[in-house]
Amino acid sequence: MSTISEKELSDFRNDAAAWFAENTNADPGFMLPLTFMEVGTDQQFNFLRDWQNKVYEAGYLGAAWPKEYGGGGLDQKFQTIATEEMARANGPIMLNAIGLNWAGPLILDMGTDEERKRYIKGILSAEDIWCQGFSEPENGSDLGNAQTKAVRDGDDWVLNGSKIWTTQGNYAKYMILLARTNPDAPNKYAGLSFFLSPMQVEGIETVPIRKLTGEYGFTQTFFTDARIPGDSLMGKEGEGWLVAMRTLEYERGVKGGQPGGYVMRASDPFEIVELARKATRGGKPALEDPVIKDQLIQLMIEARSLQLNSKRGHIQPLVQDKPASLALSSKLMATEFMRRLNEFAITLQGQRGAYYVGEPDAYDEGLWQRAYLNSFSATIGGGTSQIQRNIIGEHVLGLPKS
Amino acid sequence: MSKKATIGFSEEQAQLLEVATTFCRDKSPIEKVRSLIEDERGYDDAIWTEMAELGWLAIAVPEEFGGIGLGMAEVVPVVEQMGRAMMAGPFVSTTLAAQAMLVSGTDDQKQKYLPGLCAGTKAALALSEPHGDWDLGHVECTAERAGDTLKLSGRKTFVENADTADLLLVSVSLDGAPALVLLERSALPEGALRREVVIDETRRSYQVTLDGAEVSTEGLLDSALTAAALTHVDMCASLLLSAEMCGAAASCIDYTVDYLQTRKQFGKKIGSYQALKHPIVDAHVGYEQARSHLYCAAFNFTQQGEGEVATRIAKAQAGDALSFAADRAIQFHGGFGFTYDCDAQLYRRRSLWCENQHGDAAYQRAKLADLLL
Repeated sequence: MSTISEKELSDFRNDAAAWFAENTNADPGFMLPLTFMEVGTDQQFNFLRDWQNKVYEAGYLGAAWPKEYGGGGLDQKFQTIATEEMARANGPIMLNAIGLNWAGPLILDMGTDEERKRYIKGILSAEDIWCQGFSEPENGSDLGNAQTKAVRDGDDWVLNGSKIWTTQGNYAKYMILLARTNPDAPNKYAGLSFFLSPMQVEGIETVPIRKLTGEYGFTQTFFTDARIPGDSLMGKEGEGWLVAMRTLEYERGVKGGQPGGYVMRASDPFEIVELARKATRGGKPALEDPVIKDQLIQLMIEARSLQLNSKRGHIQPLVQDKPASLALSSKLMATEFMRRLNEFAITLQGQRGAYYVGEPDAYDEGLWQRAYLNSFSATIGGGTSQIQRNIIGEHVLGLPKS
Repeated sequence: MSKKATIGFSEEQAQLLEVATTFCRDKSPIEKVRSLIEDERGYDDAIWTEMAELGWLAIAVPEEFGGIGLGMAEVVPVVEQMGRAMMAGPFVSTTLAAQAMLVSGTDDQKQKYLPGLCAGTKAALALSEPHGDWDLGHVECTAERAGDTLKLSGRKTFVENADTADLLLVSVSLDGAPALVLLERSALPEGALRREVVIDETRRSYQVTLDGAEVSTEGLLDSALTAAALTHVDMCASLLLSAEMCGAAASCIDYTVDYLQTRKQFGKKIGSYQALKHPIVDAHVGYEQARSHLYCAAFNFTQQGEGEVATRIAKAQAGDALSFAADRAIQFHGGFGFTYDCDAQLYRRRSLWCENQHGDAAYQRAKLADLLL
């Protein structure tokens, strides 16, 4: 194994810093989405697709993925540096979240060589947008009960049913899809299979879902006798649950293999300090109110908790009692923290907390109100916080199933 | 506060964590903890001797004074495991007395006392007073000079293990400013000690009436450094209380989870009910956060600025985490939780002691607001 010199790393960092300083446009004149789930207009989509492509072409995305499939073939340390510099320059998010953080790691981990060659480069370049088809209108948290059917017909599969909460479904070229291939299997899990399904085929229709914010970003996807090729099947027939659980591990942060960058921008308690300076209480800045100060400090502490937990997760002697604990709790902690942080930012504003995006007098253009409403996408999506508590209770603490 | 919080773990910390985990678990099973509650001394002197032989009292003392030459970061895993096993005794107070000595002792005092404190001499801290103020600079007890002698007066509270300590480190007001004096317990007049009734029954806490006590001015630590010494002791104490509370939270959660896994009601194990499962998960997640802050504080302890920030955060988070875990532990044990036999009360009582020493969570957050906002 060749060792990497400090000089190589610092040169790389300098280059990356210069590149992001030169190429980052954090304010294109319209509101940029804070998360990949908030891409609601073509203008936002096109901007972010170009941005991801540019970052990839410069070598700052997928730098540690294998070169033969389109990655940079470098050590993970380089990608970590690139991501840090992206954040330092306040760079917009990476668009193709499902591809980068779910499908990509899965295909690299479990896919065939053929699949890697076909899909990985398009994921990194944002040429091929990916979406996820797990949840169904009647089966949100209970993924194992998915009812969308895939029936073999000659070399093809024929899909019927419906998926919901398909992020960027209207833009996607591919979907990672969990479908029922055997309704008579001995248990509900054994009847499921996993597909890397094309989206632009006859019989697949996406209908935008209007979110609680009034904006778009998700679709419902309808399958009506949609015919997809036989080689769309990932892994073996009947092993869909296994593959889906593996995918959720990438999502929940248990497994590595991420290409870098970020698909969500976290609000920062330090930005709220600025807000607390502007807002007033009793003729004085809200920041001078002892109760507000106490709450602000508590939120700052929690922001640090997230950073420190992720760092402690790499120190083996400090996680040996319950090895899966920190990874399995990170989604719950991070998403609930963001929800409460944004909520607090609204209450801080006094009467003006009741303004919303579009009102010229709203603090920070109504960003906090919108972010709060949007924050539920993360506390609900990918397994609700309540399901997360079941997972931690059962898999970390060993409590009986609910 | 630097935006990027850091954490690290030394080889020595790892070794001490491993040894202390086994030692404390073996030496302090819960039956032992309960039997010591009935014991006047409150701790096992034989175990104290073993800890001294293991070198634990010498961890954060430089080699030139008979120590091992590591730092407070390495004391943390030891105290964490002592907290996990609900151990009691003068380990922390002795460690803190040595730290005060290192900051403000004269060279002669360091040479005279530190080797002993590393080897098993017991020290108690007499820094609190009836006013109950967490500010250690608020000192109303006095010392008056009479030639080479200091005449002490006033009352000190929450002096742990004063009855078996060899030495007491006492804060007094001298010439209008706080000063620290080292006192042999034998110099206290008859009847100076009164055992306090405290909520944590595993602890032995005393009031010390100083009236009539006299000590040579040779026992006076460098008064120019008193403030620095008190601040250092306050920070070290907060760090070690955080460690103790983290350890206690871990075993409190284990104890409760064990009950949730076995107790049945309405034909089901009660841990399958989400009304119990979800809050115990919240307790666990709170503990994990507190532990990350603890080892962040240990790692950064000697850093100017960041050390104080990380330590105050650790104290606040560990207090909140143990308090919540122990409060829910009582509730989730149902009727049994209301009995003296259930260990949940031991954890709750311990948390109420630890939280209320050296500043509770709200106090720490107020201090952090001054530092950060």
